[in-house]
Amino acid sequence: MSKDINELNFPENVRYTKDHEWAAVDGDAIKIGITDYAQDQLGDIVFVERPEVGDSFEQGQEFGTLESVKAVSEVYMPVGGEVVAANDELEDTPELVNTDPYGNGWIVEIKPADMADLDSLMDHAAYLDMLKGMDP
Amino acid sequence: MRYLPHTEDDIAAMLETIGANSLDDLFAAIPADCRRKQSLNLPEPLTEWELNRHMDSLAADVAVSPAYRVFLGAGSYDHHIPAAISQLLLRGEVFTAYTPYQPEISQGTLQTIFEYQTLTARLLGMDVANASMYDGASGLAEALLMSIRVTRRKKVAVSRAVHPLYRRVVETYLAPTGYEIVELPYLENGRTDLSKLPPLDELAGVAIQSPNFFGCIEDLTAAANQVHTDKKTLLIAAFSEPLAFGLLKSPGACGADIACGEGQSMGIPRSFGGPGLGMFAANKKFVRNMPGRLIGQTIDKDGNRGFVLTLATREQHIRREKATSNICSNQGLCATAATMYMATIGGIGIRELASLNRDKAEYLKTGLTAAGFSIPFAGPTFNEFVVKFPTGFESTYHNLLKKKIVAGLPLASYYPELADHYLLCATETCSRQNMDSLIKEVQS
Repeated sequence: MSKDINELNFPENVRYTKDHEWAAVDGDAIKIGITDYAQDQLGDIVFVERPEVGDSFEQGQEFGTLESVKAVSEVYMPVGGEVVAANDELEDTPELVNTDPYGNGWIVEIKPADMADLDSLMDHAAYLDMLKGMDP
Repeated sequence: MRYLPHTEDDIAAMLETIGANSLDDLFAAIPADCRRKQSLNLPEPLTEWELNRHMDSLAADVAVSPAYRVFLGAGSYDHHIPAAISQLLLRGEVFTAYTPYQPEISQGTLQTIFEYQTLTARLLGMDVANASMYDGASGLAEALLMSIRVTRRKKVAVSRAVHPLYRRVVETYLAPTGYEIVELPYLENGRTDLSKLPPLDELAGVAIQSPNFFGCIEDLTAAANQVHTDKKTLLIAAFSEPLAFGLLKSPGACGADIACGEGQSMGIPRSFGGPGLGMFAANKKFVRNMPGRLIGQTIDKDGNRGFVLTLATREQHIRREKATSNICSNQGLCATAATMYMATIGGIGIRELASLNRDKAEYLKTGLTAAGFSIPFAGPTFNEFVVKFPTGFESTYHNLLKKKIVAGLPLASYYPELADHYLLCATETCSRQNMDSLIKEVQS
């Protein structure tokens, strides 16, 4: 059973994409993961396919997959750049994406090609509006 | 799986249930001009006796009749099949070509496939094997596509010493995709020339067959070491004769990332060219990129052992165009035969049988060399090897066919540069008498 949007957590210090990824500035780097809404829709995540450090991606390019017990979904880069770290803890504990999507459930950290890419993403209010618009 | 014919009563009951008066009534929605008016142009039915006579006369015309002495392998091998396998395979529980589509209700079928995977993984020395592919050729094409998925690169290298028909299937699979295939030439000794590899950082995978199409055993370990100087490129070890692994170091032990090939040698009759069995195994870290079905072992809520279709989320019926492959099936009956074969022969049996195959082939090779024929490729061989006969041997070859001897496969149509070269095979089914008579006849 999916939760109601009001029961989900959407922090104000991250930016959001229409594909339900989040991106957060962390010094010179940007951390990336999926939103509480996305993890709730996917259900129990059993595997996270991550890119390798050194791989480069354009904004919007697919960089990995999330496998839950019922589906496999792609994840797309909120901003373009080079991967500087991937969350290896997800190898043995992929459920971190469910339990702590904005914290220990982060997926990759990148060195952005252009920090200004962030401005094209939604803020907390815009993302929430989009989700409410999608509600049946 | 039971065979359930439709009796006239069954058909009448079904028609009544859906409210149709007759079969014609049922098909009334199909426009008349789309329907066939005449009956099919088929001969009258035969009695069982007549049919057997007819089949015997057809068999006498083709070189699969037991009257022929066949020294032909080239991807399909004549091996003794224990009677227990042919008998058990007829049991109603296993006699189906199909993969289970409502899997968990068919625990027996799943257990068989699980055991097939276990035995295949052991034979190939790999971490994990799938439930099987259609045949060796499509298995190789799938392995190359898998290397492209894993590495996100678009170019593959395939040895020219890989079975020519496998290469043709690979081209068919890859042609519409825009992926590039680079062909690696072979050396004077019949082995693949790895010095001709393009820069590895462009390559998704390198496919080498061992024993290769010329029967030569490739140095897989050296190939793996060279390919793995790039940390991403995968070594794909193909094969057409898995019995060789009774003697040779397994592909896994040599460092292959994927091992794939034809399993016909494992208890499946040659049947005029098919059906075959695609054996497919990989290193565990690539399991999520493997094509096809995979059976896993687990426990149910009461703690009893059970079998499940696992990682189905990668498959086409769930993941559509993002699936790892368009195969949502396996080669059920042939995989079952191979399971029975591997379990019946056992590890020691496979080793002894492999030795016997090599000894027979060496006997034939030595005899032909002593008779003055040349063995052009110096690389070590298993149960097949290439012989260069004198120019004009073609007429001898056809004379031998009339005497019901098939003196191997002429290679010229697959390798124009190998005129007068023939690929010969000797398995455990070749008697010394037959080999002696071949050696005598080719000199006539």
